[in-house]
Amino acid sequence: MTQNKEYPTELLKIWNEGKQLREKYYEDYLTAHERGGLRWAGGAWSFSAIPAGLGDDVYCITGEPHGATIAFFKDFTAKCHEATEAAGFPRTLCAYMRNYWGSILLDKYILADGTVIDGHPAPDFIWQDHICCSHGKWYQVARWLEERKGKKVPMYCVDVSVGYPMDEPLEEYKINYIFQQLNDGIEWLEKVTGKGYDDKLLCEAVWNEINATRLWADICTLNQAVPAPLDEKSMYSLYVMGTLMKHRPECVAFYKKLKAEVEDRVRRGIAAVTNERFRVITDTQPPWGFLRIFREMEKYGVVSLGSLYTYGLIGMWKYRLDGTWAPKDLPPRKPQTREEALRMIVQWTVDRPEWAHFYLPEAKTKMILSIVKQWKVDAVLLHYNRGCEGLSVHIAENRHGLVEAGVPVFPFEGNMGDEREFDLQGTLARLTTFFESMGLKKLRE
Amino acid sequence: MITAGVDVGAKYVKTVLLEDAKNILVKANGIVEFDVLKSATEVFEKALDSNGLKRDQIAQVVATGMGRKTIHMKPPINAGEIVPEVIADAKGAYHLIPTVKTVIDVGAEEGRGIKMGENGKVRDFVINERCAAGAGTFIETMARALEVGVEDMGPLALKSTNAIPMNAQCCVFAESEVVTLIHSKTSKEDISKAIHDAMAGRIASMVLRVGVEKDVALIGGVAQNPGFLPPLKKELNTEILVPKHPQYVGALGAALLALKTEAK
Repeated sequence: MTQNKEYPTELLKIWNEGKQLREKYYEDYLTAHERGGLRWAGGAWSFSAIPAGLGDDVYCITGEPHGATIAFFKDFTAKCHEATEAAGFPRTLCAYMRNYWGSILLDKYILADGTVIDGHPAPDFIWQDHICCSHGKWYQVARWLEERKGKKVPMYCVDVSVGYPMDEPLEEYKINYIFQQLNDGIEWLEKVTGKGYDDKLLCEAVWNEINATRLWADICTLNQAVPAPLDEKSMYSLYVMGTLMKHRPECVAFYKKLKAEVEDRVRRGIAAVTNERFRVITDTQPPWGFLRIFREMEKYGVVSLGSLYTYGLIGMWKYRLDGTWAPKDLPPRKPQTREEALRMIVQWTVDRPEWAHFYLPEAKTKMILSIVKQWKVDAVLLHYNRGCEGLSVHIAENRHGLVEAGVPVFPFEGNMGDEREFDLQGTLARLTTFFESMGLKKLRE
Repeated sequence: MITAGVDVGAKYVKTVLLEDAKNILVKANGIVEFDVLKSATEVFEKALDSNGLKRDQIAQVVATGMGRKTIHMKPPINAGEIVPEVIADAKGAYHLIPTVKTVIDVGAEEGRGIKMGENGKVRDFVINERCAAGAGTFIETMARALEVGVEDMGPLALKSTNAIPMNAQCCVFAESEVVTLIHSKTSKEDISKAIHDAMAGRIASMVLRVGVEKDVALIGGVAQNPGFLPPLKKELNTEILVPKHPQYVGALGAALLALKTEAK
């Protein structure tokens, strides 16, 4: 636990630029056809650099972040859930997925500022990957729903279930398995869009993605500093660029600027939370409609530094020989050919930390413990997130691993995107108890 | 020096006045009505009156329980500090049973499992989420369905030797199961035992999340129910100690913590 002192704090200078980028992203998707462009749908983990070879006028709506945006606006979320349940889907499914389907069913589209527009803009094609069961079904159903509205949307899915390279690199045939699907996917993209494919654009996009995801890991590493220059609530608005547009030059440029600003904050001792005295990390997506829990924590001098989720959903990491968890080393040079680009992005992507627990829950525990040690963390708050089976799988095992290692853990039940499954007052009461059991007292009301 | 602990629970207010950290001068309780401050004040003043004491003779008052904020710095009780139930429970239980390693508190609205660290400190804890099925209100609701007094539920359960499985994940579903059992002419004894077994199963599965280590203590209002202890022992496969007046342990812990805050 750090000392009870006041640190200087200031707003991030780059904040508004990030906000504008996010708003533009969803507007670009909406208006793509007006500008002669194409729209495609897929998840944040899809290989988004591949469709980039079709041209600069191809815009994506990324399903999970859009589901999270919907979740932030609880009135609209409730309508989406009513619509999906009325259509016969159970409320136990992925909350993001239900938000997305609800939006199609309602035929409404929400922008990042909460503006709801009539008419859900259907994609021209779907480009997705399969890592969890919900990802596997999400766009199959989205496609049915679009078809019921009269639009046939072609879909291509890449299966990435090849295991996680925790200690040993993945065998070549596993890399080839994904590589071949991507290679075939380029032919498919040309066929369904009628557009030519530019390998130079592909190489640029792959290199952008690799740099953006590495830069985000660098930025997260800066949060090892005491006081922490960033708090997790703010990081949610920053990491999202990596989920939306990791392959685009705007994302790389934004993260370069952000990294420089955060380095400057560390140099000058600028804190995210002025009275930081207790450092926590969380896990999985937060209950998006209730981010005020982070502000409540600050009243106890608690800063949430991030999580394996915030750091590793998009950021790319590897264990060094000395056992420390650190940003993954960049490949020696930018790819020059289609084959080189595809192999490079596959090799880069299979190391994604947030894929580890699908295969090895102990790998996730190990990574969380590394964060606890390297980021000087006092306790871990685990969100038993009923809204995401993918990221919540094995979370109770992770809790056991942390407790056995002597780390104080506060588990709480909730849902990232369905407010009916989150008890704000009850959670705050238990959180208060947890902090007080850690010897903290409320510093302000 | 006299200190006081006031536990403003979901159903009852409990007060303990403590002299020199060891002599319990008085214990008092009363039902929490709509005006929580008024209910707490009545109980607190009853405790003072029974010993001929005035508020200014109490060095410090610490409040706990879900309604603790209602009396924080508010006259006439003017509790100087508030502490969460888990911390007060741990303090009180450790004072009464210094060898305790696991504390189970089952009150009207919440069930809690506490893993104890050194010197009565909390190492880990778990609290039931959202549904009253793991708390005393569950038994009260079922007593209404059976048309018996809540105080009769435990003795009734002890008369049964049959095991009937019942859902305790949801109070509403459980009540509908009880209604079905009533219509199938199952005896009140068997239904009462089924209710206690189900609740013990739910509490045990919750407590096992933080681990069960001897000595184990059961506190809170439900600890007075003789029908609850046997199935809980069976579920956890361990002996369980119940201190005298288990419903006052949280208030006692608060009174002990008041000594510490007064010394600051």
